[in-house]
Order: sequence, then structure tokens, then C-alpha cells
Amino acid sequence: MNTPENTSPELANVEVHGLTRSSFILKGALAAGAAYGASAVAPFVGNALAASPDVDILNFALTLEYLETDFYQRKGRTVGLSGQAKSLARSFGDEEAEHVAALTKAITASGGRPVKRPMFVFPGRDQKSFLKLAYVLENTGVGAYNGAAPSLQSRALLAAAGSIVQIEARHAASIALLTGMSITPNGAFDKPLTKKQVLAAAGPLIKA
Amino acid sequence: MTDSNQGERSTVGVVEELARDDVQRKHFLKMAGKGMGSAAAATGLAAFIAACGGSSSTSSSAAGSSSSAAMGGTSSTAAAVASTTAPTGDLAIVNYALTLEYLESQFYAKVIASGLFHGKNLSVIKSFGAEETQHVVALKKVAMSMGTPAQEPMGKFPIHSATQVTKLAGAVENLGAAAYLGQAGNIESKEILAAALSIHTIEARHAATINLVLMKSPTPDGAFAKPMTMAEVLKVVTPFIA
Repeated sequence: MNTPENTSPELANVEVHGLTRSSFILKGALAAGAAYGASAVAPFVGNALAASPDVDILNFALTLEYLETDFYQRKGRTVGLSGQAKSLARSFGDEEAEHVAALTKAITASGGRPVKRPMFVFPGRDQKSFLKLAYVLENTGVGAYNGAAPSLQSRALLAAAGSIVQIEARHAASIALLTGMSITPNGAFDKPLTKKQVLAAAGPLIKA
Repeated sequence: MTDSNQGERSTVGVVEELARDDVQRKHFLKMAGKGMGSAAAATGLAAFIAACGGSSSTSSSAAGSSSSAAMGGTSSTAAAVASTTAPTGDLAIVNYALTLEYLESQFYAKVIASGLFHGKNLSVIKSFGAEETQHVVALKKVAMSMGTPAQEPMGKFPIHSATQVTKLAGAVENLGAAAYLGQAGNIESKEILAAALSIHTIEARHAATINLVLMKSPTPDGAFAKPMTMAEVLKVVTPFIA
């Protein structure tokens, strides 16, 4: 291990933005790193970031929004939609893209690093199968947000998640009306989904 | 939320359990208290209580212990448990939601009785009405477990034509969605928050459906739904209460 004298003093001057607990811990760890060497504090920095559950939740949501955006914007184009399906897919795709942008900003502002956009692969070749999958994805989105939102520590992020999940629910209902599927598939109370349940539904669509 | 069994259980079950099983609720809140017993949360609650005005006598002592729990810090489990007896802020929010659901339920009942709708439209209206009634039942149970539930208001709704009623239904559902969204950040109990969220997205589904029937955008606010405060909502709702 390096001696305190000849390690990285520049680490002590790294500015950590945001007021989250993890960034506070991170700042302390960086100061310690300046004294004891970066490799010595690396595990603690990792813990500090993992200790911010909001960033994890936001990144989880970001992955789903990437998926939905790619689905409407890329898969929607290759399938060749028509009529109301085409116009709804266009506006829904735009809205999902806005969710991606907002979540990316929120993660950065919380002192986290946004996950990279994965590669997705979607089955189906026609409008009918496209809408069927859209219905599944939107309902999964509703359950994912409803399941994760109560774990958010920040009230501001909770409000933001609420304003997004309402849109997912509106998308789901619109596709239901268009296709004759159930508008309220869970009855009077939407079911929250665990991360595991969401991954089981969305995971097979993630290629890399 | 990490327990998969919990996620698979229906929310109706969660709501009913919340209403029935006080021990379970305390246990959950005790854990929540450990995670987020910050002074900021207590300040928010105090501000909310002040904004709401009066509280029932059964819950005023709980509000006092809630502030003391926060003063004592996050590690005091006993104080956190004491604070869960009946959060006044949450009861006020639950009763607010209950009032709105009573009005929605009454509205749909009158629409169904009017004979203005038939076939597929009538069946959609019937299912929406039945869902609002289930919200009433669930929220009333939760309110009873915490204190005194709000009285059922007497709604008065203009019922003239199918088009006019559909427009009014759209206004009602979009208002409901905005009302729930406006309270999401104010709810103290994680279980009540989860229940509110599970109702919130149902109001959103109803609103989007009616918007589309009216040839309007299913997402009139764009990518981010706009919340409404209690004061804003009550201003709109008051003319519909006799």
C-alpha cells in the first residue's frame, strides 16, 4: 500500500454534486483515498453508490423506458403500422423518449451514472402482434413503477415517478381500447410488480 | 417490495389487510421508520397537518408522538412504532380520496340508471362504476382502521345527453388521476402509498379510455401527467356536492 504522503491528493478535491447521502459518503471516501490510496477506498465507494436506492430504482426505470422507446420508434417502423395504431405509437414513442431524457437527468442529478441503452430484440412482424406486445410492455411498466415507487427516498422523485406511471397507464388503456383487450386487467387495483417479475417479463427482450 | 410473494398478492388483499391487521401495519411502518425517519419527513407531515386544519381527537396524540419520534432520530424503534398509530396526514388524504371515490361511484350509478347508454359503452361504464365502488369500500376500511372515515357526500350531477355525460366522465376521471398524483408525495405510510398508487393508475386508465372515446388525446398533459393540489381539486368538485 502507498504511504499517505505520495498518494493522490487530487482525489480530495473532487467535487461531488447533489445532496444525497451516498454522495456525502462518497466525498468522505474520496478524501480518505487522497490519504490512503484510491485502491484502498474503491470498495467503500462502490458501497456508497450501491447504498443509494433511488439511483438503482431510477436506472431500473430507465432501462424499461429505453425498451419502450426502442419498441415504438424502431420496431414500430419496421412493422409498418397504419391508422390509429400508427399515430398512437408515434406519440407514445415520443413520450417514452421524454421519460428517458428525464430519468437520465434525474440519475445524474442524484450523483449516479445512467445505465447504457441495451440492445433489444422484439418478436412479431405485424400490427396485431406489435399491439399485443405493446399492451404487455405498458402494463409491465405500470406494475414496475407502482412496485418500485414506494421505495424511493426522495419525495420529488416519487412525484416524478407518479407523473410517469400515470402516462404508462394511459398508454396501456389506449392500446386496450384499440385492440379490445381489458382496459383494467387487474380489476379495480393495479398490481405492483417486483423487480424480479419485471425482469422475467422484459428480460427476454434484452439482447445485450 | 423485495418479497416476491408480496408482489404477487393482489392489492385488494394488501388494502384489506392494512385495514384489518393493525399489527402488520405497525410492523411495516416500523421498518419504514428505520429507513426514512428523517426530520424532513416529520416537517412535511407537520406542514400537512397545519394545512389540513382540524384532526380527530383519536389521532392528535399520534401526531404529537410522530414529531417526537423524528426528534429522537432514526434509531429509536419504540418512538417509530408509537408514531404509526394513526398518522393524521394520511387519514386526511385517505378521507379526501374516499370523498372523491364516493362522488365517482354515485356519478356512474346515475349514468347507468339514466338509460342513455347501451351495449359496449354501457358495459364499460358499468365496469368503471364497479371499480370506483371497490375503491370506496377499500378506502373506507383503511380510514376506519385509522380513525373516522369521511361521511358520504351527496353528489349532484347534470345528466342530459350521452355526449354531455361522456364529457363529464372524462373531466371526472382526469381530475381523479390528477388528485391522486397530487398526494403521492404527501403520504407517510408506504402501504397507503402503494394502495394509492394502485388506484391512481386505474383512474388514469379510465381517463385515457374516455378521452379516446371523445377523440381527445389519451395523454392531454404530454409525457408527464400534471398533479393537482387538494385545494385545486376541491374547487372543481364543490359544485357537484349538494
